[in-house]
Amino acid sequence: MKYLDEYRDPKLALRLLDEIRRKATRRWTIMEICGGQTHSIMRNGIDQLLPDSVELVHGPGCPVCVTPLETIERALCIAAIPGVILASFGDMLRVPGSEKDLFMARSEGADVRIVFSPLDALQIARDNPGKEVVFLAVGFETTAPANAMAVRQAAREGVANFSELVSQVMVPPAMRAILSSPGNRVQGFLAAGHVCAIMGWEEYEPFAEEFGVPIVPTGFEPVDLLDGILKVVEMLEEGRSGVLNAYGRVVSREGNREARKVMQEVFEVADRPWRGIGVIPASGLVLRKEYARFDAEKRFDVGHIVPQESPLCRSGDVLQGHLKPDACPAFGRECTPQSPLGATMVSSEGACSAYYRYHRNPDSL
Amino acid sequence: MSEPFACPLPLLHHQTVQMAHGAGGRFSQELTKQVFMPHLGNAFLDLMDDQAKLSLPSGRTAFTTDTYVVTPCVFPGGTIGSLAVNGTVNDLAVGGARPLYLSAGFVLEEGFPLVELERIVRSMAEAASKAGVLIVTGDTKVVQRGLCDGIFINTSGIGVLRQDVTLSCRNLKPGDAILLSGTVGDHGMSIMTAREGLSFQSALTSDCASLNHMIEALLDAVPDVHAMRDPTRGGVAAVLNELAVSSSVGVEILEDAIPVKAEVRGACELLGIDPLHVANEGKLIAAVPAGEAARAIEVLRSFEEGRNAAVIGSVNEGHSGMVVMKTLFGSLRIVDLPAGEQLPRIC
Repeated sequence: MKYLDEYRDPKLALRLLDEIRRKATRRWTIMEICGGQTHSIMRNGIDQLLPDSVELVHGPGCPVCVTPLETIERALCIAAIPGVILASFGDMLRVPGSEKDLFMARSEGADVRIVFSPLDALQIARDNPGKEVVFLAVGFETTAPANAMAVRQAAREGVANFSELVSQVMVPPAMRAILSSPGNRVQGFLAAGHVCAIMGWEEYEPFAEEFGVPIVPTGFEPVDLLDGILKVVEMLEEGRSGVLNAYGRVVSREGNREARKVMQEVFEVADRPWRGIGVIPASGLVLRKEYARFDAEKRFDVGHIVPQESPLCRSGDVLQGHLKPDACPAFGRECTPQSPLGATMVSSEGACSAYYRYHRNPDSL
Repeated sequence: MSEPFACPLPLLHHQTVQMAHGAGGRFSQELTKQVFMPHLGNAFLDLMDDQAKLSLPSGRTAFTTDTYVVTPCVFPGGTIGSLAVNGTVNDLAVGGARPLYLSAGFVLEEGFPLVELERIVRSMAEAASKAGVLIVTGDTKVVQRGLCDGIFINTSGIGVLRQDVTLSCRNLKPGDAILLSGTVGDHGMSIMTAREGLSFQSALTSDCASLNHMIEALLDAVPDVHAMRDPTRGGVAAVLNELAVSSSVGVEILEDAIPVKAEVRGACELLGIDPLHVANEGKLIAAVPAGEAARAIEVLRSFEEGRNAAVIGSVNEGHSGMVVMKTLFGSLRIVDLPAGEQLPRIC
């Protein structure tokens, strides 16, 4: 398949691996930001192929994983209100709240629907004028433009029965938090290719210099990932910091201006809690006051929510690269995809789910 | 699937299914005579008795049942009707049985278009004729609007087991070759892309087909097949995992040996789904002694349904109960059961 096979070419991959082996003279710890990259790494066994000197740690770039439990609980409460249709991306439905997930809510009679785009949720609202349609708007800078677009469209058309429960977060503040944390081991980053497709890489330049780290916008296919790793290793070996793009076919320095424009029109920056990590200053997006009437949190008063996190789940450590999923005592025991304790075991971008799915008994492989 | 409605008889009084069509009276008779019998009629069904009286060949009998609720009920490459026939035929055939007779039970939703029903019944008749089985007894119930999604069909099937084979999912032996009769994921992805809510179009067609003739020929040529399954729900990954667990062996497959159509790969990429987890409705997985693999592949490839057949892996003694895949890059990864619903990635 065009645009795919050439980035899965084994010969090219092996050549890049040789180059990485040749270049890496010291031990380097590199974080891939995006959960999609983590899954591709595990799925293709790239971690097995890298030399011991290059260690990959997995980053927080899994929107489902970092959505606060409080938001899940709120979604469950809103879904239970008669006359509400709750629409969401599929991954969110299996994230456990304190007592149940949205699939269970659906089996109890809530109208919960999986959509592939917020614009589909808006269409449900147009088709059901007698119902309240709430879209669970989670994600990073990648989902923000479409989520913003749906709100702007609803405002323009006067679709009053549409709202969004917003939990939007942004990558750079999280990277900054990781680099500033006392136990940080990360020396270089593979930046999330799709986030950079929207945002460009300009915003990474100041803190790449500030923290003296290489940041390489990287794609998701094996050849993309190995190319990104090679670039980070080369920069580390040469003692260089800064931003170097390894995803040229998708990412440009200025990103997608149109997408950013609609984001900025509808959302504004705010402090935001990240599940397992805590509040990161100026790391989230909330609806501007001109669009506040589309804020489901304001529209539906479901009272004060006090969520109960599992005391066994260490997804916060996993999300910050402090702990490998299979080093968690609950991994594969109390916590499996069938009965997950945390969102990292649920999401198709969660690191725990990647380890469980592709790699849970490394000794036997 | 855009052929015109071709009812050989005058149109019914109604355009859609009415509650009375399931009430046993005149309307029920009308439905039977004008929709079901013209397509499905045979010496057993024509008697209109409450039961079919069958004489089975000597030997052990295989008996199976399955219920079909697919949506949309007409999809590229098949209908819920052809699926209901082929699925039950295949469930018999992969156990080493020659399928003979089927029953068909319909649950219809009030308001279901009769044109659609006629088309579904016609496709059942075509599938049964192709598989060489007879539908010998049937039943129809109608439920109020909203109580079922258009049409549900149950089929049960009877077949006679061949005496020369001993197929079992506990039968995998280290060294066996794992065979797959063709491309993976065609059915599941054609349903997913045909389903409302996915706003992209594809030229994908379901692989919905009966496999009994191909299986018959395979067993004639290679009676020593150790195990056979059709990888329906849960896909190839689920079947291989079940076989590995049941036989307490490991299964290793090769990523570059697994046939996947470009359209299926493309749709799977977009939706973040592993083709190995996607349902098939006309595919066969077989474990055969390594020495028989070439002959088995030759037989499979002589059939249209098996023209892309390939050896996709082997059975070993290591990592018992697990399926692993050698990737294009030479690394190994687990091929796990799909967890829950197939969920697309969100960014």
